[in-house]
Amino acid sequence: MKAGLAPGLAAPRIGARRWLSAVLLVLLVMVAGLLIGSVALPTTGVVGAMLDRLPLVTVEHGLTPTQLDVLFEIRAPRLVMGAMVGAILAVAGAGYQGVFRNPLADPYLLGVAAGAGLGATLIIGLGAGTGWIPPFAFAGGLASVVLTYALSRTVGGRTTTSLILAGVAVAAFATAIQTFLLQRNNDTLREVYSWILGRLTTIGWSEVGLLLPYAVVATVALMVHRRHLDVLALGDEESAALGVDVARVRLLVVGAATLATAAAVAVSGLIGFVGIIVPHTVRLVTGWSYRVIIPLSLAYGAVFLMLADLGARTLVAPAELPIGVVTAFVGAPFFLLVLRSMRGSS
Amino acid sequence: MRRIALLTALLLAIAACNGDETGATTTLPEASSSTTVGGTTTTASVPSTTEVESFPVTVTDATGEVTIEAEPHSIVSLSSTATEMLFAIGAGDQVVAVDEFSTYPEEAPRTDLSGFTPNLEAIIGYQPDLVVISFDPGELQSGLETVGVPSLLLPTALSLGDSYTQIEVLGAATGHIGEAAEVVGQMRRDIVSAVAGADIPDGISFYHEVDGTLYSTTSSSFLGQIYALLGLENIADAADDGSGFPQLASEYIVAADPDLIFLGDVDFGVTPESLSERPGWEGMTAVQNQAIVGLDSYLASNWGPRVVELVELIADAVSELTPVR
Repeated sequence: MKAGLAPGLAAPRIGARRWLSAVLLVLLVMVAGLLIGSVALPTTGVVGAMLDRLPLVTVEHGLTPTQLDVLFEIRAPRLVMGAMVGAILAVAGAGYQGVFRNPLADPYLLGVAAGAGLGATLIIGLGAGTGWIPPFAFAGGLASVVLTYALSRTVGGRTTTSLILAGVAVAAFATAIQTFLLQRNNDTLREVYSWILGRLTTIGWSEVGLLLPYAVVATVALMVHRRHLDVLALGDEESAALGVDVARVRLLVVGAATLATAAAVAVSGLIGFVGIIVPHTVRLVTGWSYRVIIPLSLAYGAVFLMLADLGARTLVAPAELPIGVVTAFVGAPFFLLVLRSMRGSS
Repeated sequence: MRRIALLTALLLAIAACNGDETGATTTLPEASSSTTVGGTTTTASVPSTTEVESFPVTVTDATGEVTIEAEPHSIVSLSSTATEMLFAIGAGDQVVAVDEFSTYPEEAPRTDLSGFTPNLEAIIGYQPDLVVISFDPGELQSGLETVGVPSLLLPTALSLGDSYTQIEVLGAATGHIGEAAEVVGQMRRDIVSAVAGADIPDGISFYHEVDGTLYSTTSSSFLGQIYALLGLENIADAADDGSGFPQLASEYIVAADPDLIFLGDVDFGVTPESLSERPGWEGMTAVQNQAIVGLDSYLASNWGPRVVELVELIADAVSELTPVR
């Protein structure tokens, strides 16, 4: 690397060790999530049954049909859904933070989640099928983020606070309309109430299939543009001078992050705190480059939400805790801890 | 302009927060205790047989003693259970307005008044001399008190005893003590005979579903006690969190494999067929045997005299569907 560049610009890459540990952690939490639940399943039986599912492998696992249902129809899809939702909420948060060059940008603070919730409420109220929820949530989320951005520009230029204040106002507005709709239609929208608090309780493979295409598209788009986010950090003019089409990148990243948020909101309800905690924790540990932050946020977002859901389904077993409560309860202190430890070491 | 915009945003935020809270409350099951509802105490002497009872009377509701100066003739009821009770004890023609969810009896003067988000002005518009509610979102009772209208808060019963007490309180408050006692006596006899007539073997377990996100109810709730009365084993009791309405884990329900399933949410699109489509539920005993009973949501959520019908309905269903062992 040429002299004169800041050391951080020397092509930060994810070291093999970091990759390996992230992947291992995801796998470890997945196995733990399959083994632990409100119903006790024999460990050897679970491992045997999983191996038995592999092609060309037959293992005597000794699980009853009911236990197999619990494992493969209830626990497994819920775990996969938790991983996907956590991953895409975290990566969406990282994307927003990069585009807006704003450390506080997050699907919730920008009003995207509330807008997506309003879109979903509207379509549920109209009685359309579940397949329609993601596109409507996306439309609501996109409208909100555009409104937030436009408001922040007209109100107070491009300071950090004006964007967040605009986001809070847009979120409040969307929530107000949503609450009004709920109050007016007590009967038809009853299910929306529990959905607002975030739910993974009744997730099956069909919901996983519903989310998958949106998750893949959004993730690929964000992964492709992660280098451009590093360039954007230098400022608009510098980025343009370096040959980056600033407006196009911004549009694509915001679109992808909004799509990810909307899809997650549509399937699992409003689960807060992931989009801000995970990317920041990754950033504090690995540095500023989005080339590292984006992929690691995917992995640690999945880990975070799988762990939170493990808490939601075991802490008061056989009852359930709302997962949004767990993410906030675990996430906030953990984040402060990371923040403090990094201050101390630097 | 900027200031105004910011102020508007702030107000909206506040409004949204408030709205959210009330929105959430309406879905939550009533957790407030009604154990404070004491026996009826009348200050005047109680003639036992005649309908002519002397006012003023003092009765006790969930918040304390309430004195009613004269026999009420313009009662507003914002509770479907209270409406049902008032008509059952012969005070129906003293009722001038009931809330939107008071669907029984048919002749009740239904209005668009809301029991969940009550509006003080709209209530006073009916010039009531007694208001009966089951839920005070805050300041409703004190608001009525400032305009001199007595009100009774009769919250969700936690036991049949609470239910009987509320009927007696309404009897004393409306000048129908004798009829209220008759209604209570009839309820007691009917429930005893329904329970005695039910042919239910020991150890039959069940799952009662409150809504599609697997909220259930334990034996500490009013509904749970009805099931317990019939000697049924409630799988939700293992998850008792003090609220009486825990949210169960899907895998727990599947593994507990109850003999019977009662659906309190059939009016919200949950059907016996849709249960078998839930991930992992198809193999459950109750789903395989179609031992699934849809409960009328009115019966499942009220605690008035028609609770007898609920007991009979459950007893019949259990006798009919109980698997042969």
